[in-house]
This record gives sequence, C-alpha cells and structure tokens, in this order.
Amino acid sequence: MKLFTFKGGVKPDPNKTQSTQLPIAQAPLVNRYIVPLHQNIGGTPRPIVQVGDRVLKGQRLGDADGWVSAAVHAPTSGTVVEIGPHITPHPSGLPTDCVVIEADGRDAWIERQPFDIDNATPEDVRDYLRDMGIVGMGGAVFPSHVKLSVPSGKHIEELIINGAECEPFISCDDRLMREQALEIIQGSLLFGRLVNAGKILIGVEDNKPEAIAALNAAQQQHNAPVAIVTVPTIYPTGGAKELIRVLTGKEVPGSKRSTDFGVQVFNVATVQSAWRAITYGEPLISRIVTISGAVAEARNWSVPIGMPIGKLVNLAQPRTDSDGVIMGGPMMGFRISTDNAPVIKSTNSLIVHAPGLFPPKPAELPCIRCGSCAEACPQELQPFELYWWSRASKFDKLENYKLFDCIECGCCDYVCPSHIPLVNYFRFAKSEIQAEQREKQTADAARERHEFRQERADREKREKAERLAKANAARQAAGATLNASGAATAVANPDDAPDISSHPDQASTPIAVDNHPVLDAAAKQAAIAAAAERARLKREHHAVKNGDTSP
Amino acid sequence: MDGILYAIAIMALGGLVLGALLGYASTRFRVEGDPLVDQIDSILPQTQCGQCGFPGCRPYAEAIAKDEADINQCPPGGDENIHKLAELLGKEYKPLSAEHGVEKPKQVAVIDEKICIGCTLCIQACPVDAIVGAAKQMHTIAEDLCTGCELCIPPCPVECISMITVADTPSTWKWHKPGQQRIIPIVPVGSEMGSEAA
Ligand code: SF4
Ligand code: SF4
Ligand code: SF4
Ligand code: SF4
Repeated sequence: MKLFTFKGGVKPDPNKTQSTQLPIAQAPLVNRYIVPLHQNIGGTPRPIVQVGDRVLKGQRLGDADGWVSAAVHAPTSGTVVEIGPHITPHPSGLPTDCVVIEADGRDAWIERQPFDIDNATPEDVRDYLRDMGIVGMGGAVFPSHVKLSVPSGKHIEELIINGAECEPFISCDDRLMREQALEIIQGSLLFGRLVNAGKILIGVEDNKPEAIAALNAAQQQHNAPVAIVTVPTIYPTGGAKELIRVLTGKEVPGSKRSTDFGVQVFNVATVQSAWRAITYGEPLISRIVTISGAVAEARNWSVPIGMPIGKLVNLAQPRTDSDGVIMGGPMMGFRISTDNAPVIKSTNSLIVHAPGLFPPKPAELPCIRCGSCAEACPQELQPFELYWWSRASKFDKLENYKLFDCIECGCCDYVCPSHIPLVNYFRFAKSEIQAEQREKQTADAARERHEFRQERADREKREKAERLAKANAARQAAGATLNASGAATAVANPDDAPDISSHPDQASTPIAVDNHPVLDAAAKQAAIAAAAERARLKREHHAVKNGDTSP
Repeated sequence: MDGILYAIAIMALGGLVLGALLGYASTRFRVEGDPLVDQIDSILPQTQCGQCGFPGCRPYAEAIAKDEADINQCPPGGDENIHKLAELLGKEYKPLSAEHGVEKPKQVAVIDEKICIGCTLCIQACPVDAIVGAAKQMHTIAEDLCTGCELCIPPCPVECISMITVADTPSTWKWHKPGQQRIIPIVPVGSEMGSEAA
C-alpha cells in the first residue's frame, strides 16, 4: 500500500521496551474508588445514585447529559460513600464532582447481557454505546457514539484504527494489540459496519513488530476485510490528522471534521472496549495503563477506573528518590498534583518522575528566529509567530497564525535551541481565548435577555396606554351619546366602572379596570412588613435552635 | 340603541387610530443601531448593574459615544475593558474610578429558598430575567443566567438573597503564562533520559 508523509515531526527516543517485556497484569482490588462524573468531552453526566446506595460492578453511576456525553459506571461492587468534589488528574489540579465507592471485596457484576446488534437500528447502537460509557481512549475521551454518526450525505471511505502509539514511554496500546488482537479486529469490523466504511485500515508504527504480527494472525484467522498497515516511526504519527495523512494522503484542515473528507479515526483500545460492550455487556470500567519511568518494574496494568494513582504506582515500586507522577507521555503529558487523584478513562500512561529522569531544561533564551520550530511542526504552523503573539498576549493576532490548528504535540518545543516552552505559551493563549469567548457568549446572552425584558416592559406600557386611550374614548363617546340623546339611561351601568368610583386616587387613570385585582400600595406594604416579621421570627427561631444543639 | 353602537364604533376607531399611531411611532422613532454605540456596547460586560451611573450597559455606551461619560466607570468590566475602550476610542487609559466601585471576581446571587416568601420583588428587579418563580412561591436564580449585578438584593424584604463567588472548575480554569518552570516535561534532544529506568 502506498503511504504518504506529513511535514515535520521528530524522533525522540521511544523508551518503550522497558514496559513491554511483561504481559498486562490485573491491578488488585483496593478499598476505595473515586469515579469522576466528567470523564468525557461534552456534558457532565448527572449522578443517578445516592450516598448509601449499594452498587454492583458495572452499574451506572451517572447518566450521559445530552448527546455529546457518556455514562460512567461503578468499577467494582460496594457502597457509595460520597458524591462530592475530589482532585482528578487535570493540569489545573482543581477538584470536580466524583462518586466515591467503598469496595465490598466481592467484585460482583451486574447482570451482563450481550447487545442484540442484529435487531437494532444504528441509533439504538449509538445510544447503547453512550450508556456503556464508550469514549476515545487515545487521550481525547471524545464520546465514540458521536463520531459514529456520519453526517447525511457523507460516506466514510476509510475507517482508520489508530495503533500508532507514537509518544515515548507509552505502550498500553502495543501490549493490548499483542494480547487482544482478535478483539481489536472484531471491534474494527464492528465500527466498520456501523459507519458503513469503504475499507478499514489499522495503522501501527514499525517499532511494534509483535503487535503487527498478532494483528495479522488474527486478521488471517478470520479472513477479516481489514488491512494492517505498518507506518514509519515518526512522532507524532499517532495524531489523528497525521495518521490520516500518512494512510490516505488526505489533508484535513484544522477547522474541518475528518468526516467531511470521508475519513474517521478511532483508537485500538476504543474499538476493543466497544466490542466488549456489545458482545459481553461490559461497560467501560477499566483500561490499560503503562507505568514506567523511575520504577523497579515498568509494565502495563489493567486498572479499574477510579483507582487512586498512588496505589497503582506503588505496584511498580517507585525509586526512593521519585518526586512526582506525569500522566501521559513526556511530550504532551502533565504533572498530577496529588497521588490521591484517580485513574480516569484518559489515563494511558503514568511516568514516575525522579531527578535526572528528565533533566530540567536550561532557562528560556530569546527566540533567534531560526525557524527550526516551523520545520518540525507537523501542522505546518509557524510556532515562533504563535509564541511572539502569545507572549505579548495579543490574542487576536493568533487567529491569523491558526493557533487552534496546533495539536500541542511539542515538536517545536523539542527542537527549539532557545529552550522556549512553546507549548506552554500556546496552551496559555488558547485557554485565554476560550475564556474570552465564553465571557462573550454570556455577555451576548445577557444583552439579549435584557433587551427582551425591556421590550416586554415597553410593550406592557404601550398596551396600558392603548387601554387607557380606549377607555377614555369610550367614556367620551358615552358622554357624547348621553348628551346628544339627553337620556340619562342605562349607560351609567354600575358594572362598567365600579373601580373608578371606589378608588378616588385612581380616578385620573381609569385603566384600573384591570383583570387582576391590585392591592393598593398601603395594603401591599403591610403584607410585606408582616412577611418580613414572620421571616425574622423564623430566622431567630432557627438561630436559637442551632445555638442549643451546638454549644 | 343607536347611541351604543355609535359609542362602540368610536371606541374601535379610536383604538385603531391610536394603535396605528403608536405602531408608527415605534418604528419612526426607533433608536437606529449606531455602529459606535454597538462597538462600545459589545465591549461592556452586560452585567446591567447600573454602577456606572446609567440604567444599563447600552445607555452607558451611548453616553460614552456622545462623550458625556468617561471610559472608566464600569467596575464589572474592570481594567481590561478600560484598556479595550481606550483602544477603540483612541483615548488615554485611566484607572477605574473609585467612586463607581471596585472590580471583584465574578459572583452570582443565590436565594435561600427556606426563607423566600415569594413576593416577586426580585423578579421585577432582575435586569436579565434570571430569576424564576411565581407569586407566593419560592424563587430560584438560574446561575448561568445571573450576571451578578446585585440589583435583586435591596428589594428583597426578607434579606434572603446573597452573593457567592463563582469558583474555577477544571473546564473554566486557565493555563498560566509560562514562567521559568516547565509544566510539560518535553524530552530534551539527545538526552539519555529513561535509559536508567530500564
Ligand atoms: S525554534 Fe525556538 S529559537 Fe528557533 S525560531 Fe522557533 S522559537 Fe525561535
Ligand atoms: S505543538 Fe503546535 S506549533 Fe508546536 S509543533 Fe506541535 S502542532 Fe506545531
Ligand atoms: S457598570 Fe454595570 S451597567 Fe454600567 S456598563 Fe458596567 S456592567 Fe453595564
Ligand atoms: S425578593 Fe426575596 S422574598 Fe421576594 S421573591 Fe425574591 S427572594 Fe423571595
């Protein structure tokens, strides 16, 4: 098969052999699991359990909120002991709502049932995958069912299954391909069927010969219409846009979706977990995590989502001088702020950090505009320009240089002779721009609501004026008729305007012929005063009670 | 009998004429969208709190456009907005005028629903319709719609509305501008990293 290339990229030392020597091991049960509700791009799932509830392994804890969202499930059986904020692996180090489960040690499953895919519509399948919590496991955690709905009028010519795994130190996909090649092939076929793909390509970097051999064997065994394609090892081939480019030659601009070009990409672990969900009725409650770096035994573990990272890392026997953990790889990862943070659906790798493992880079020097960064950038951007404007906080300029096309791969950073933390600058600029957009959206919404409210007030005023005018006209007409006919008859019907006579203060505004009875001002004041008095008494009462119980 | 019909006719006619007149007036005298006012208004934070001394952001924008108000009177917009206004209008930046208030982190109002008596006074005060609740029922504030203008606080007869600061969440958090400390441990070129871990 003819392969294409993308511009740029770098070749860092892969550092994968350390963790690929041993097979995947099952992490032992711990007593507490912290399951964040928000583990996907999109809406935060709403909790459907309560503190005190007993749950079984695989039981749903939170329901997807909206279309772009995915459910979360209990990783083991036990009791819900808390629903509240906990720190999860995120660069912010800020807490987010989690369901905490105290394990009962039985690890007892819910009743699992295979999904009858042959009698299901494509919508049913997508809803099912959403409820099984299936999200992209290559790190983006985008809900898979959303990516599986092909816009009408589009045809997926190539379905790409991403087994490139290009970032150093990470080997969870490599081990998964070696050990579960058959499930990956079956998952690929499943997704191929769901999107009605023209062909299915599994791309694997050539530094994983064992994985390629395993996939080929599984493919031949089933004579599956899937092509396993070996691609050269260049970082970041595992980036979706880069892999599309290498396998199909198609160039997907940053602003476009790959489906517009007839391509869709899923990670190998994603198709495997979706296949297990369909075939065995198992929701996404565990994943493979590579533990490497400053440890005695680097390897891959199958880990329940929610296991505290500190406990997991201890299994690998960290070196005594270790001083922190990086989630992800050394190109795109970040330091986690506490060992108590749990493993989440995007935790593909944990690198135990120690001094000397990643020697600190020398201090940032001025940019010499050498252009190395632009040469290395796989997205064909000009990082030095992006850096210049980010540093100056001139965010409007960054649009011209396509800041949001940057995939934060770190190639520019890697080659920069001035040691400028370029990606940090880009992340800073991106988050500032996103915050500004959010503020603008809320301001626009507030303006709209304010204008709407004012229009309503104006309309009410106008309608009142109209009613007033009408009533006046009627009165005058009535008077005129009266005078004209000279007959002092029925017109002074008491039903017509009783309020006017009974409210002398409103005599000048006959519009008080309102449908809803209006309390006069004094009565209203009295009612409010009484209410306030009641509330005060109530408050005092509360205060006294509280005082009693807490001396 | 004729008289009554006559009266009804006059009434209807009067209504129609006045209605038409009002309708005409509303289009004829509508404030035409002034591009400069629009631009200024799009910079203002739309909190609609009135701290600037005008009954809302747009009236303040109009006053700025007519050079009847200074650019440093909006506390919710703070320093950043003064800079933007200065740039837009080619004026000199000046710090926020203390007489109009101080810049503070974004807040939202919450109603203590146990105390609320459902008097609807806060609804009437809210400039952006962020409060929901019918007469004599407990009221709630939609947090994502509340601009934090604080206008609902004084009218409440039972003092059950308070302001709380909106905390950052992982999805609203912003990356800091890099200092010397690297956040991402990009592997240095040609380093022997990792080999010792093997
Ligand atoms: S590689 Fe570094 S020094 Fe060279 S142009 Fe890019 S940012 Fe500047
Ligand atoms: S981090 Fe962004 S700018 Fe730098 S090389 Fe990667 S895509 Fe290009
Ligand atoms: S002070 Fe309040 S009303 Fe005035 S412009 Fe600022 S946000 Fe709008
Ligand atoms: S003003 Fe106070 S008591 Fe009245 S409805 Fe609003 S919150 Fe309730």
